[in-house]
Amino acid sequence: MSLAAAAATAHATTTITTTTAAEAHGFLSPTGVEIAFLLVGLVTFGAALITVTTRQLVHAALWLVVALGGLAVEYLLLTAEFIAWVQVLIYVGSVVVLLLFGLMLTKAPIGRSPDADSGNRWVALTVAVVAAATLVWVVVDAFRTTWIDLDGPAAGSTRATGESLFQNWVLPFEALSVLLLAALVGAIVLSRKAKAESSSPPVNSRAATGSSPSVPDSRNHPIEGNGRGEGTSPAEQEGAR
Amino acid sequence: MHLAYPAVLSALLFCTGLYGVLARRNAILVLMSVELMLNAVNLNLVAFDVWLSRAAEETLHSGQALTLFTITIAAAEIGIGLAIVLAVHRNRGTSDIDKLRDTAEGPEPEGPEPDGPDHDALTAGQAEKAEATA
Amino acid sequence: MTTTTLAVLVPLLPFLGAAAGLLLGRTAPGFVRPLAVLPTLAALVLAVVVAVRQGGDQAINSATELTPTGSVPIELALHIDGFAALVAVLVGVVATCVQIYSTGYLREDPRYPSYAALVSLFTSAMLLVVYSGDLMVLLVGWEIMGICSYFLVGHYWETPEARAASIKAFLVTKLGDVPFLIGLFALATDAGSFRITTILDTVADGGLDNPTLVALLLLAGVAGKSAQFPLHTWLPDAMAGPTPVSALIHAATMVAAGVYFVARLLPVFEASQAAMIVLAAMAAVTMIGSGLAALAQDDIKRVLAYSTIGQLGYMTGALAVADRGAAVFHLLSHGAFKALLFLAAGVIIHASGTNSLAAMSRMSHLRDRVPDAFWTMTVALLALAAIPPFSGFFSKESVLGAAEHVATGHTEHAPGASGWLVLVSGLVTALLTAAYAMRLWLLAFRGRGAEAPDHGRQPLTMTVVLWVLAVPSLAVGAFAYRVLPDWFDGRDLTPTLTTSVLGTGVALVGGIVTYAAWRHTTAIAARVPLGAVAAHPEGDAGLVEAEAIASHAPVYGGVAYAPDPADPGRMLLGPLHRHAAVGFHLDAVYRALFVRPVQGGASLVRFLDREVVDTYVRGAGALPRWLGIAVRRAQTGNVQTYVSALLAGTVVLAVAAVLVATGA
Repeated sequence: MSLAAAAATAHATTTITTTTAAEAHGFLSPTGVEIAFLLVGLVTFGAALITVTTRQLVHAALWLVVALGGLAVEYLLLTAEFIAWVQVLIYVGSVVVLLLFGLMLTKAPIGRSPDADSGNRWVALTVAVVAAATLVWVVVDAFRTTWIDLDGPAAGSTRATGESLFQNWVLPFEALSVLLLAALVGAIVLSRKAKAESSSPPVNSRAATGSSPSVPDSRNHPIEGNGRGEGTSPAEQEGAR
Repeated sequence: MHLAYPAVLSALLFCTGLYGVLARRNAILVLMSVELMLNAVNLNLVAFDVWLSRAAEETLHSGQALTLFTITIAAAEIGIGLAIVLAVHRNRGTSDIDKLRDTAEGPEPEGPEPDGPDHDALTAGQAEKAEATA
Repeated sequence: MTTTTLAVLVPLLPFLGAAAGLLLGRTAPGFVRPLAVLPTLAALVLAVVVAVRQGGDQAINSATELTPTGSVPIELALHIDGFAALVAVLVGVVATCVQIYSTGYLREDPRYPSYAALVSLFTSAMLLVVYSGDLMVLLVGWEIMGICSYFLVGHYWETPEARAASIKAFLVTKLGDVPFLIGLFALATDAGSFRITTILDTVADGGLDNPTLVALLLLAGVAGKSAQFPLHTWLPDAMAGPTPVSALIHAATMVAAGVYFVARLLPVFEASQAAMIVLAAMAAVTMIGSGLAALAQDDIKRVLAYSTIGQLGYMTGALAVADRGAAVFHLLSHGAFKALLFLAAGVIIHASGTNSLAAMSRMSHLRDRVPDAFWTMTVALLALAAIPPFSGFFSKESVLGAAEHVATGHTEHAPGASGWLVLVSGLVTALLTAAYAMRLWLLAFRGRGAEAPDHGRQPLTMTVVLWVLAVPSLAVGAFAYRVLPDWFDGRDLTPTLTTSVLGTGVALVGGIVTYAAWRHTTAIAARVPLGAVAAHPEGDAGLVEAEAIASHAPVYGGVAYAPDPADPGRMLLGPLHRHAAVGFHLDAVYRALFVRPVQGGASLVRFLDREVVDTYVRGAGALPRWLGIAVRRAQTGNVQTYVSALLAGTVVLAVAAVLVATGA
């Protein structure tokens, strides 16, 4: 809780200090978008805090859903709609599910576990608070007068993103597919090795082998398909896993 | 909208994730915290991209493209990470980070030359390590 | 060949013989004996040729400079005058005799090859000293002799006496050599050269800045090498070596090197009156003290060793009265008869199986077993006691005559005080010399009791040599005192009437008194059984002698001492005997003065090293070890700790970077 308090005070001080600096758009007369951003941001931050502090492991995953969903809303507020949907699809849809699977497969206890935090907690808290203070100070000091003009056409519409991605970022995009392939192979290798050794085949390896037939499809799909299909490829892969 | 709002939120989220990485014992919770940190970076990228796409005439939307890449990489990372955690859990029976201390030295050798029991402990530790990596 | 070439060959041949002997000693044992004897013999022949060619004329000087050596040049130089030529002949004669004698004496010794090679090397070094015209080259030979002496005294290194004696000989002579070296440097600095001729010219011009200091420094080295008081204590102990070594090194040659050196550089010493007085006092103390000590020794070789010290005292006495002709004359005759005495003593020890006079005095018919040794030793003892017409008489009378000459004020070369000192002490010593010579002869050859064991005849190599050496002891003196002045400074060496009468008189008195004492005590000898003989009477002489030396201390309670009430020396010396037997406690004094403080210092250093220095060393090691332990504590293996530290460092760096960037 001290972290939240510190963050709140930091936030408050920054608000106070930057009011005088912002001339055209004062911090004391926020727009509606800003109010919405602030509120969602608080929810997101609170959910993140609970995620890293709760003693119930499954609850942590669920609070992570809240935090990631809140971030998706923030993306929407920043007019980056495509990113927002990708965020929802991949993070909320697959990553958290994957994490929950992981918790179950490692026989994580349901309910409160007293030893969720390690003995490193106070060092971690110190480092995190100091880092937060430094970052907030630097960021506020640098950008207190910077204004984002959210009017006009959406900067992150699917059309704009797709054009940019396939006009300027094709090569990295393809390289990334290789990375994904490598990750896929890596996951399979890690699982199969364990299977070959242990007498009882673990569930993880079964899931990996089960998903393997769909891999070529999911890889080929974005190359063959149109601009709308490529965003789903990572999601499909993650979902398959 | 002030750029400071997303930037500060991003910084706070990042440090929250940092705290989680450093303080959590369960490896999967650590992975969750890593996701938080990555998302904080994503928020930064998006916010700055939106700002720059308005401020500059021509833009490559590099921020949003990088965000997408980051999301992809994060997905791959979480897959590999979970596979490793599961493998460790299967071999060691635990996924607690602070119990995986094979890189630490064995019991303290006080004498100038290693005596018998210490040597045995060391070899036992090495055997354990070999088993873990197998 | 020119005389110079011959002269160069003289020291070179034994050196090559030594090198070949050391190299071939193990692989070709058949060559060892020829390699030992022939180069020495050849050197003798060449030395005789050189002496004949030189003929007492102008000194032969020859020099070559091998390489520049800084401000004071060192040259390979020869300086052969009459002294050098004759002393080289003496060295050659004695060395050849000793080598021949050794082939018989050590014929079964497993270490004979190295022994013979060392004797050759020693001979070579001594010849180098004799011929050298450059003080640095002389010093090389001087030190080689020292190290050869160390090895040869320690020949029987299985016995603790030999080990202790070799170390003592080395240390004591080195004690003198250090000031000697400094003195040489001082002399060369004054003269600007190490060449003897240059130095003598400088002295003649009065170019010596501080002659007293130089002379006293040089005297220390001379005292160490020539066994003069107070550095004489190594010589009696050096008798733990084989008898031929004693004959060669410790009687005839090496100990004479000091005297010879002073004789060569006598003008340097004459430049300082103080040095001459010191020399005279040294000679007087040495002569009388050694005479008394010789009278109390039980070991036949130690008697001879103390007698050597006394005779060297005569030579230094002659030098103290600035008559080097007399000194070298005595050196020559003494070299001959003392080598003979030692070699004969070796024969006697072999025959009787003991080196103790007390044990010999309880053996009858010893002289019948070794007739050659008996006769030659009688001759040599008469020479030693300076009975006319043996050679010792003439040389000793020349010394006493020179002393009387100075004492009566006929010369300005030496102070009158040193003349009186040398004269009086010389006469006293003549008495003592005759006494201990008589005692030695009586105890060794006139013993009564069980018959001496018969081990058959002595080897021919050992007996022939005795007769060869007996010739100069017997006859040369009367002939030499007429010829030698041509070779030397030209000073008359003819005995003067006063000193002859006085010297011979006191010698006769000493002999008669000893004989009377012996007659008185000989009755006791039969009642007190005493003595031990070697366990291996059939072994070669070296083995017998080694056993005799090793068994002397356990049987009699001391290396030098025997509790024999029948000893005439005990009666003559009275209460003094106890002190004289141990060399007037000089060893004990040295022990208290030098050995104990050094040992104390050594243990102090050891303590400082172990406890103080090592503490710092350990401390220096402990601090990093503690730091290492502390650092190792941080290596927990907990990844989170590592990452925490990493990030904390990153934050600190970031803050620092920001602060620097903003100019705070």
